[in-house]
Amino acid sequence: MINDILAVIWKEFHELPYVRTGMRGGRLGLLVFAAVFGIFLPLQTGRDWVESPISLVYWAWVPFLLVSGVIADSIAGERERHTLETLLASRLSDSAILFGKIGASIAYGWGLTLGCVLVGLVTVNIAHGQGQLLIYPPLIGLGVILTSFLISGLASGLGVLVSLRSPTVRQAQQTFSFAYLLLLIPLFAFPVLPAEWQFRVIQALQGTDFTTLAAVALGIVAVLDIGLVAAGLARFKRARLLLD
Amino acid sequence: MIYAIRTDSLTRDFKTVRAVDTLTLDVDTGSVFGFLGPNGAGKTTTIRLLLGLLEPSAGRAEVLGFDTRTQPDEIRQRCGALLEHHGLYERLTAADNLEFFGRAWRIPPAERQARIKELLTHLDLWERRKEAVGTWSRGMKQKLAVARTLLHRPALIFLDEPTAGLDPVAAAALRDDLASLAAREGVTVFLTTHNLAEAEKLCQRVGVIRQGKLLAQGTLESLRTQNETLRVEIIGRNFSEQALSLLRQRPEIADVSLNNGALTLTLRQPVETAPLVSLLVGAGGEVEEVHKSKASLEDVFLSLMKEDAEAEND
Repeated sequence: MINDILAVIWKEFHELPYVRTGMRGGRLGLLVFAAVFGIFLPLQTGRDWVESPISLVYWAWVPFLLVSGVIADSIAGERERHTLETLLASRLSDSAILFGKIGASIAYGWGLTLGCVLVGLVTVNIAHGQGQLLIYPPLIGLGVILTSFLISGLASGLGVLVSLRSPTVRQAQQTFSFAYLLLLIPLFAFPVLPAEWQFRVIQALQGTDFTTLAAVALGIVAVLDIGLVAAGLARFKRARLLLD
Repeated sequence: MIYAIRTDSLTRDFKTVRAVDTLTLDVDTGSVFGFLGPNGAGKTTTIRLLLGLLEPSAGRAEVLGFDTRTQPDEIRQRCGALLEHHGLYERLTAADNLEFFGRAWRIPPAERQARIKELLTHLDLWERRKEAVGTWSRGMKQKLAVARTLLHRPALIFLDEPTAGLDPVAAAALRDDLASLAAREGVTVFLTTHNLAEAEKLCQRVGVIRQGKLLAQGTLESLRTQNETLRVEIIGRNFSEQALSLLRQRPEIADVSLNNGALTLTLRQPVETAPLVSLLVGAGGEVEEVHKSKASLEDVFLSLMKEDAEAEND
C-alpha cells in the first residue's frame, strides 16, 4: 500500500509544476509567493514575525493558498484529460490513489510553507537580528509546523472532495473558491455583529489562554481533516467515478 | 481448454438501457479475440465489466480464472488495458509515463528501466522518450499506450479500438506492432473494433455484438462458413439454354443466371462443383474458370447485423 501511494505521489509531483500555468509560469508563481511570504512580509513585520503568535495566522493562510491552486486539478483534471479510466483500470487500489493524491498536495502545501518559514527566518535575522539569533519560541514553532500541516490537510481533503464531484477542473475551482469564501464568513461576519456580541467574543478570547485556544482550534481542524478524508474514501469508488 | 475469459449470461443495465444482454462467450488463452460491433453495441461496457470496473446487473464473468465481481483486484493485477482514450499523461514525458505505471505495477527499478527501453526501442520511440507526450502525433501516443499496456507483462490485454482515429498508414503500422508484440509476448488479446480488416488481420476468433447481444462467435473460417453466401461462378462459353435448364432442375440449385459469359449459380446448400461442371461440359459448354464464393468478414458482419435487425422488426 505504501509503495502504491508513493507511486501516485511520484506522478503527482511530476505533474504539479504544470498545473494551471505550465512549468515556467508555475515556477515564477512560486518565486513570487516565496518573495511575498519569505521576504516582503517578514521585512515589514520585523521581530514580531517570529516572536508573535499572530504569525500562526499567516502560516494557516499560506498552505491553504498553495494547495487551493493545485488541488482542483487532482481528480477533475484526470477526468477532463481522459486519464482517470486508465488509472482506475490499473492495479492501484481506490485508497492508494486517493491517499496518493491527498499526500502529494499535503506535501506540496506543507513543504513549500516550511520553505517560506525558513526563508522568512533568514530574512528577519538579516534585517532585524541586530547580532542576535532570532528563532521561533518552541510553542510557536510547533504551532507553525502543526498548523501548516493540518491546514494543508484540510485544503487537500476539501479539494479532493470537490474535485471528485466536479466534471471539469474549472467547475472544481469555482466550487472550491465558494467553499473558501464560506470559511471566511466568520471573518467578514464579525464587524457586522452587534457591538455587545463583539465585546463578548473579544472578552471570551482574552480570557482564554492562547495555548488552549490554539490547541482547540488545531483539534477542530484535525477532526475536519479526518472527516474529509473519510468522506473522500466513501466517495472514491471506481464504478461510481466511471458512471459520473 | 483453459479460457482466459469466460462469461455466462453477463448483463449490464443502465437505468432503462440494456448495454450488455446475456452475453455468453469464451476466449482461449493465448489467442487474439476480436469483439466486433457497431458504435454503441456494448463493446466498451463489456471491457469495463471484464476488468471489474463495473458490476454486472446479472450473470457472471471469469477473467484468468478470477470472478469479476468478487476478485476485481486480482484481475487488474494481471491485465493491461488500452481503453477508449489512450490515458497518457500528456504533460509528462514518454519515459515518465512508463515509469509511473512501472512503479504502480511494482516492477523493480532495474527491470523497469530495461523493460521501458525494450518496449520503446521495439516501437521506435526510444529516441523521443524525453519529449512531453502532448507534443506527439496520435499514432505515436497510441504506440506508447500499447507499450504501457504491455509494460508489466500482463497475461491478458484489452484493446478498445486501438486504431480508431488514426490515418491508414499509422493504423497499419500500429497493427503490425500489435501483431508482432502479441506473438512475441504470448499474451491473450481481447480487441474491440469496428474495423473488420483489422480483425481479419489480427484475430484468430471473433465475436459479433449488436445492441448488447452476441450474435455469433467462432473462428473467422467458421463464421464465414455459417454465413456464407452459397454461390458458384463459372466462366466460359457455349452455355446452352438446355444446360441451364438442366441445372435449374437440380434440387440443390436455387437460381441460375448468365451474364456476359459468367454463369452464376446460387445454391441452397454446399455442394461439390465437379458434377455441375461435368453437366455443363456434357451439354456442350466450355469452362475456363470456376470460383466458389468466399464471404469476407465484412459480408458476415453485415449479414449478421441485417438478420438481427430484421428479427427485431418482426
